[in-house]
Amino acid sequence: MSSVRADADPQPPGARGQAGPVLAVRDLSVAYAMDRGAVLAVDRVSFELYPGEFLGIVGESGCGKSTLLFAIAQLLASPAAVIGGSVDFKGVNLVGMTDSRLTAVRWRDMSVVMQSAMNALNPVKSIGSQFKDAMKAHGVTSADEIAGRSAEVLRMVGIDPVHLKSFPHQLSGGMRQRSMIAMALLFTPDLVIMDEPTSALDVVAQRSLMVQIKNLQAELGFAVIFVTHDMSLVSHFSQRLMVMYAGQVAEWGATRSVFDTPRHPYSIGLMDAFPSIKGERVPLTGIPGRPPDLSRRQQGCWFAPRCPQVMAVCTETNPDLYPVRDALVRCLLYAAGADGAGADRAGADGKAGGD
Amino acid sequence: MTDTTDEPLLRTDRLTRHFKIGSALSRRTLHAVDDVSLAIGAREIVALAGESGSGKTTIARLLAKLYQPTSGEIYFAGRPLSSIRSRTDLLRYRGEVPVVFQDPFSATNPVFRASHGILRALTLHRPELSRQQRYDEAQRAFEAVGLAPAAEIMQRYPHELSGGQRQRVGFAQALAMRPKLILADEPVSMLDVSIRIGLLNVMADLRDKQGVSVLYITHDIASARYVADRLIVMYAGHIAEAGPVEEVLARPRHPYTQLLLSAVPDPRAELHVTEETDKGEPPRVIDPTPGCRFRWRCPLAIDECHSVTPPLRELVPGHSAACHVARADAATVAFR
Repeated sequence: MSSVRADADPQPPGARGQAGPVLAVRDLSVAYAMDRGAVLAVDRVSFELYPGEFLGIVGESGCGKSTLLFAIAQLLASPAAVIGGSVDFKGVNLVGMTDSRLTAVRWRDMSVVMQSAMNALNPVKSIGSQFKDAMKAHGVTSADEIAGRSAEVLRMVGIDPVHLKSFPHQLSGGMRQRSMIAMALLFTPDLVIMDEPTSALDVVAQRSLMVQIKNLQAELGFAVIFVTHDMSLVSHFSQRLMVMYAGQVAEWGATRSVFDTPRHPYSIGLMDAFPSIKGERVPLTGIPGRPPDLSRRQQGCWFAPRCPQVMAVCTETNPDLYPVRDALVRCLLYAAGADGAGADRAGADGKAGGD
Repeated sequence: MTDTTDEPLLRTDRLTRHFKIGSALSRRTLHAVDDVSLAIGAREIVALAGESGSGKTTIARLLAKLYQPTSGEIYFAGRPLSSIRSRTDLLRYRGEVPVVFQDPFSATNPVFRASHGILRALTLHRPELSRQQRYDEAQRAFEAVGLAPAAEIMQRYPHELSGGQRQRVGFAQALAMRPKLILADEPVSMLDVSIRIGLLNVMADLRDKQGVSVLYITHDIASARYVADRLIVMYAGHIAEAGPVEEVLARPRHPYTQLLLSAVPDPRAELHVTEETDKGEPPRVIDPTPGCRFRWRCPLAIDECHSVTPPLRELVPGHSAACHVARADAATVAFR
């Protein structure tokens, strides 16, 4: 636990250098308009992302992580809509911006890599012509420039430029996902948003893609928001980690800190839900119960029905985000007045013993 | 591992399945499974691991008699499957060796209650039961896989169940037929992380309490380690390595197993990205020439690997690898 990692960044949230954030999300809320009323899928999420930073967002299906990404990229479609908060990208609020102004920002300054490259790429067009479309849409008309840049980005992700002539079905899953990333880099954006880009890949391909993203990031300096359900995947690659539950931030802090000493009972449960390939073979229980139905808003903490450390107060009081050393935790165990330090220590010892 | 008799519950002998691809003018052969000999004992969970395209699902389909082998034979309790001719025999085999599918969302019929599939299966496979007996049997199976209260859950429709519950319905359906061996093809990969462990525990319970064997097909080595007794690693249609799960993971002999283990994200370990971190993927094995199918990615490949297909050799008792350079002392390391 004491080992130093080259990729670790222990800086606490908000304690960055002079450079301003590339992205500042404030109190962002998204609701789906349903027959039974509005369902709050993202509930007052705030964070800042600095140039070159890698933020991991993890959570189970239905926790709002993909909706949050779509809200940031302004890609939400009815019945989902932003109902509050702001998304300041390079100092400009994207919420409520007209489509024509958004078009100028999208892809040029901010690009999105979707989960399934097979579905995101057009099956009847070659990779090269899809690159061309994206560049033409942003005013690049010179054929030489398009060909040159297309070959360049493809080379960057380790694919031979001959594949510009290939169709998506002729590429392997890993190559398709790489070419999606190449496409996202056509204009050297400041922010690349990735929604589970590796979930369709095998572990070996997954690892090499993650390493590649990290190398490209070091080289080109873009910031990354990386959404995944696989917490262990981002453990080595993200500087900060946000754990979401029921549309809210459950825990947020430096990645190593969240992994080494998870504080929120949900984060602790998630950590203990992964069998290890090393160390002792111990029986695990996962987290009992199932994620909540967000359309049935309840009083108190969303996690209370599944929480092994639930207290009487948890079903009455809505927990806030409380600072615990270098992290923020939405759990009443850490509320001012509660014996937060003691709970923290217990959690830390529990983890150390389990290693 | 096995019963007192020498014959395992299920055994394959040089099982092979090829697929014809291409048009009439460019006929080629995809070797999905080549020369696979494996055995599954009674009361045993065997994990079949490998990347997509390695042939593990093809093996499951061969064992379920959804595909016919191109060559080779499958023996169930000593009896060759090719001798199954009548519908009665086939039904009995499918009852003894049921399949649990990957996607619990498309494996249940949305317009019927959760009990529908299991009651249908019981009518078909165990016609001797009365209506009440079928219901009792279904309830017993629901309870055995942790669906409680069983009577209430049986009345629900699939959309009223979570993914984890639906997959448990899949296992209950398999269990109701009093199976000897359940073929589970990636049964937890579509489920949320916090729910997966519960299903893995169900599989372990079925082994420990009901004496059922499971072929657990997965790409997730960590879950294989958690639940399985033995591990078989597939690469490009061949078995690369097989042995007791702890032994294989602690001392992997085949370079591919080593590569696979090195790529598993482990939040508790250091990240080390070395030069030999490899970008390849398992090949689609089309009209292969002799030689090791991993040789293009293998840093240890010698001349022999390019001309002779390595046979699966037992290096230490119970632990075999198909590699020319692998040694019993596990001293050959390609990836760590």
